[in-house]
Amino acid sequence: MLTINVTAVYVDDQAKALAFYTDVLGFVKKTDVPAGGARWLTVVSPAHPDGVELLLEPTGHPAAKVYKEALVADGIPFTSFAVEDVQAEYERLSAAGVEFTQKPTDLGPVVTAVFDDTCGNLIQIAAEKG
Amino acid sequence: MSEALFKALADATRRAILDELTDRNDQTLFEICTRLAMKHGLGSSRQAISQHLAVLEEAGLVTTRREGRYKYHHLDTTPLRSIVERWPTE
Repeated sequence: MLTINVTAVYVDDQAKALAFYTDVLGFVKKTDVPAGGARWLTVVSPAHPDGVELLLEPTGHPAAKVYKEALVADGIPFTSFAVEDVQAEYERLSAAGVEFTQKPTDLGPVVTAVFDDTCGNLIQIAAEKG
Repeated sequence: MSEALFKALADATRRAILDELTDRNDQTLFEICTRLAMKHGLGSSRQAISQHLAVLEEAGLVTTRREGRYKYHHLDTTPLRSIVERWPTE
């Protein structure tokens, strides 16, 4: 049986990414060990400390940089996180200076919004409607 | 110009794009594609939507604006005035 325990976002700068993903978004650091020239650096949601870890992986490969820029130009998020209330998160993160490329949008079964993680990615937040 | 305008309006997907830009102006390509898929059940590819946007842009109904690394699509209904001016009711 295989388990999904980690998922990754490519970040331009690991230290900057750790600050944004913890101080601004509210994740907590789980693992931080040297790995070659970089670090195996993961964060988790404080609500699920033993849940799936998010790996803040350096954008090392030149193709990854091109890929990220192309996604951002078209407004496409690299990944999506679940939230309870998109509007509340939009207000909280906007107040913290986070830039949104898509304000909260009611799409029927789900509400979504998209913001810039300052590390080269757009990230979607989504809440299913009860 | 008027040929481009009538051509642009003569397609249901392009009219849906105009509807969604009326709901909120200045959208990324991703937001437009998401709205068409989720709210209109349109499964067009991103490339197809890009081509529809190019037709709308040619008609002057949509303009694009780069803001940093992002690109937003803006609705401009000014060209529609030429229709009522061509066939005034008074």
